Amino acid sequence: MLLSHRARQLVRYLPVLPAVLLLLVFLAGPVLWAFQASLTNAGLTGRSARNPEWVGLENYQRLLTDPVFPLSLGLTVLFVGGSAVLGQNLLGLAIAVLMRRARPAVASLVGTAVVAAWVLPEIVAAFAAYAYFSKDGTLNQLLGALGFGRPEWLYAFPMVAVMLANVWRGTAFSMLVYKAALNDVPTEVTEAAQMDGARGWQRLLFITLPMIRGSIATNLMLITLQTLAVFTLVWVMTAGGPANASTTLPILAYQEAFKFGDIGYGTAVASVLILIGAAFGVVYIRLLKEPRA
Amino acid sequence: MTAAARTLPPRGVQALAPQRRRGTTPADLALLLVGACFLLPLLWLVLGSLDPQAGHETRVPHQPGLENFAAVLTPELLLRPLWNSVVLSAGTGAVTLVAAVLAAYPLSRYRSRFDTPFLYAVLFGTCLPITAIMVPVYGLFVQLELLDSMPATIFFMATTTLPMAIWMTRNFMDGVPVSLEEAAWVDGASRMAALRTIVLPLMRQGLGVVFIFVFIQAWGNFFVPFVLLLSEARQPAAVSIYSFFGQHGAVAYGQLAAFSILYSLPVLALYIIVARWSGSSFALSGAVRG
Repeated sequence: MLLSHRARQLVRYLPVLPAVLLLLVFLAGPVLWAFQASLTNAGLTGRSARNPEWVGLENYQRLLTDPVFPLSLGLTVLFVGGSAVLGQNLLGLAIAVLMRRARPAVASLVGTAVVAAWVLPEIVAAFAAYAYFSKDGTLNQLLGALGFGRPEWLYAFPMVAVMLANVWRGTAFSMLVYKAALNDVPTEVTEAAQMDGARGWQRLLFITLPMIRGSIATNLMLITLQTLAVFTLVWVMTAGGPANASTTLPILAYQEAFKFGDIGYGTAVASVLILIGAAFGVVYIRLLKEPRA
Repeated sequence: MTAAARTLPPRGVQALAPQRRRGTTPADLALLLVGACFLLPLLWLVLGSLDPQAGHETRVPHQPGLENFAAVLTPELLLRPLWNSVVLSAGTGAVTLVAAVLAAYPLSRYRSRFDTPFLYAVLFGTCLPITAIMVPVYGLFVQLELLDSMPATIFFMATTTLPMAIWMTRNFMDGVPVSLEEAAWVDGASRMAALRTIVLPLMRQGLGVVFIFVFIQAWGNFFVPFVLLLSEARQPAAVSIYSFFGQHGAVAYGQLAAFSILYSLPVLALYIIVARWSGSSFALSGAVRG
């Protein structure tokens, strides 16, 4: 019982050990392994699978010359910017604002519909989106009934299709964040503005939005990170095609590693993605650390 | 989706400020339009499952029937994969919960220089895109000869949900007053005994929420088992439905829809339970609290 202060503190924190071990082995381990493997010619099968050779920065040099990589990076930025930062974020905010003005029954009904797309297992959501955008799918049935053409969405406009599908799938998250945030805005403030003659959109733009800016920043970071990692939706709908027209970075990393059997190059792509995620993660944590003004 | 942030929603009802109780018609109409757009892709799933001749298009079945459900309700096609999903999700939930409770206890009860950096490191873990880690994890599993192993897959999936679970569990634990434990210490109970007999029973609903939250994520996860579990006998429903679609999809859309619905029902039910349990107090716990 005569343990020093330091030893006692160590014993107290002993229960953290299982969690730390899991995180080190299955999270930190693969990340470090990725950076190391991306410097080798590791393959999926054959000699290079058993004895990968050190190739230095060759895989990264290949990234710079491979025409698919910049395309994929651009498509990822388009996918995240279009479907998360603009699509999910603005639509989620709009729904949350409208819900406060609508009848409670309507608000809860529509809230359920939006959340339903989000709660479904991702593979089911992906199948539903695939059927919806296919040639004879629901969307073309609607467009046909309204007298428009029936384009082959998944072949002619694959990025539009997967971005709309991701807005459908993910908007619920932003909606829930903004619903909670708007709840915390004291009504006296908006009422005072109303007395001063501010219109509805003026109150939203100059009073409400500045007051929930913390939630907006947090939401933007989180949906960016989520959308950066979307694989299943794109994989089922287009598999990155046609001809790489919707190959976002997760799809590219998967294809290089498992379809073309080049683990080394695949992990180089994955490492870039991990670094992008880590950069956003650092910004996100800085945002959380800041005392809220 | 990543483990990062599929956080639980607040209950909808309190969202309405008192002075707006009546609502306006233009807002109703706009919302209903949005809601209809969100339901449209799901319409095919429901109608198709009841239509033995279903294709891509959405239509009211000519002869609605349950043939599609009967066709997929076989041991190999549906029951074994669903059982694998149960094992995988429950195992992930159990491992996550044990590790999260143990880690959350010192973080909630003691103050040290170690707490804040650890919690931020954990939070950083939730930010890493899991899909990017899958290629290296595959490589790691090959080297450690863990491919196609159910326990190894469970431990990996538990790790991906662990950061969020630690944050949520710590928040729930902070809600249990320390004074209750102090009484037990006076009676000579050890810290771990006090945790087991006093703290955990008091936060059982919170523990239920964390477990269900992890379970839903594991149940819906496609990419991780798709990469790590190779033999058909071990694959969960998320993966078997994908191979089914690849092999029979072009002819059996009705069965695909029926399979999808049967596979989705458990998580919809669990989600409703969680949504009823969780008040706004913990609405968007952990990371989302900006």
